[in-house]
Amino acid sequence: MGFNLEKIRNDFPVLQQLVNKRPLVYFDNAATTQKPLQVIDRLNKYYSSENSNIHRGAHYLSQKATEAYEQARKTVQKFLNARHDHQIIFTRGTTESINLVASSYCKKYVRPGDEIIVSAMEHHSNIVPWQIACEDHGAVLKVIPMNEDGELKLDCFYSLISDKTRMIAITHVSNALGTINPVHAIIAKARECEIPVLVDGAQALPHMTVDVQELDCDFYCLSSHKMYGPMGVGVLYGKEEWLERMPPYQGGGEMIKDVSFQKTTYNDLPFKFEAGTPNVSGVLGLEAAIQYLNGIGMKDISEHETSLVHYAQEQLRLLENIRFIGTARERAGVISFLFEDIHPYDTGVILDKLGVAARTGHHCAQPVMDFYKIPGTVRISFGLYNTRQEVDMLLEALQKVRQMFV
Amino acid sequence: MTIQEIEQEIVSEFELFDDWLDKYNYIIEMGRSLPALDETFKEEKYLIKGCQSSVWLLASSEDGKVVFRADSDALITKGIVALLIRVLSGKTPKDIIDSELKFIDRIGLKEHLSQTRSNGLNNMIKQMKLYALAFHTRLSR
Repeated sequence: MGFNLEKIRNDFPVLQQLVNKRPLVYFDNAATTQKPLQVIDRLNKYYSSENSNIHRGAHYLSQKATEAYEQARKTVQKFLNARHDHQIIFTRGTTESINLVASSYCKKYVRPGDEIIVSAMEHHSNIVPWQIACEDHGAVLKVIPMNEDGELKLDCFYSLISDKTRMIAITHVSNALGTINPVHAIIAKARECEIPVLVDGAQALPHMTVDVQELDCDFYCLSSHKMYGPMGVGVLYGKEEWLERMPPYQGGGEMIKDVSFQKTTYNDLPFKFEAGTPNVSGVLGLEAAIQYLNGIGMKDISEHETSLVHYAQEQLRLLENIRFIGTARERAGVISFLFEDIHPYDTGVILDKLGVAARTGHHCAQPVMDFYKIPGTVRISFGLYNTRQEVDMLLEALQKVRQMFV
Repeated sequence: MTIQEIEQEIVSEFELFDDWLDKYNYIIEMGRSLPALDETFKEEKYLIKGCQSSVWLLASSEDGKVVFRADSDALITKGIVALLIRVLSGKTPKDIIDSELKFIDRIGLKEHLSQTRSNGLNNMIKQMKLYALAFHTRLSR
């Protein structure tokens, strides 16, 4: 299909509307991306002609839905280049994927005095599940610090590792700063020490190709809705050796082989971790989103977005009194900043009135804001459909903001 | 003036503006003219934290009336804080408890009090009413 921006924009009905009588400029893609017609149509088709509970009935519809669902698993497997399709567990999203590992893995492998390492730039959903696990098992949470640019201090990371470290949970791309973390180096070090690594990929996958075998991570988590798929669906990829040995996360239908009141035996992977009726339509929508991305090509998407981020940075830099929060060399998708002495909330309200959807606040990463001693930032985050013209509209809007507050 | 009368006065003021820009300029101006709270009051016990902006609120009882003082780190929030103080400060606890504050909707600022805004305003109103309730209980003893 190739990269045709005009055609791509036409695939997204949401983008065609006016907000406050102005064309919508959607720069909140790190919160959630818009959905192309291909995804919307897939949901429609499922409920119009395929809806049935899966892995249950022998009837025609149930078989059809089951086949479609399992085919979607294979599509995700291929997209991430996982070795087997049963390493792909469908969840509600990245948050649930992380909670699953934090709960199941820690139950089996974490003992009092053990340590879990996260980084200073994690989203709350890659902090709190580990805090809960630490509390449950008497373990200690260790934090890899970062520098002023928003880059992890790798030397500090190396010295944090001890024979008590049981898990390293790290974000691939920071949602607040846009930093691409050196996950390869982190995983290489972890391999030497035989410590498993969980990578939060929610902010990475929409922008770049990820190959979990090449990366050699133990777990990788993603959210469908941040990569143009429906909300309420996510994926946990895990290495077989861990997934096989970890106890189930939730109990219910689908995850069992035999149930009696004396004993229940659990189902094989991936079903062991998919208790209850899954979000079938959501999974099929995610598949449609992956097919859509594959159709355009992740390489072209990546190039378009990188060039857009560079353009936006250059243009924003021309404004006086702008302070970028997060100036790491390796970045993707996100620009966070403070403008003049204006509170980010004030900037955000006026941008919204001018049709620009940006995110303001702490972006569910309060420790990052505490690090910079700021109440929050204005964050613009890019998707494959954003244009240079939209960046120009943002700049105009910021000039207006300045007029009003300075 | 009663709470309703002040509310009506504010609604009339806002009716003068034809576009959102003037309206927000006015709110910003009100935010600027609300005296800042002394830094010593900007501590945890007066803080009403929102995930986007924060409000600090103090209340005292003077001659049977509740006097509010407040501040915010964001100007638009502070402007709306100034409006709330104008309406509620210096009124009796009972009147504050009974107030419906319909003016917020009528001047088109309801969006700032929605869940998604998380700017502390929603909780500020709750807290103002709680203070009023506390003073009311104390006075009626």
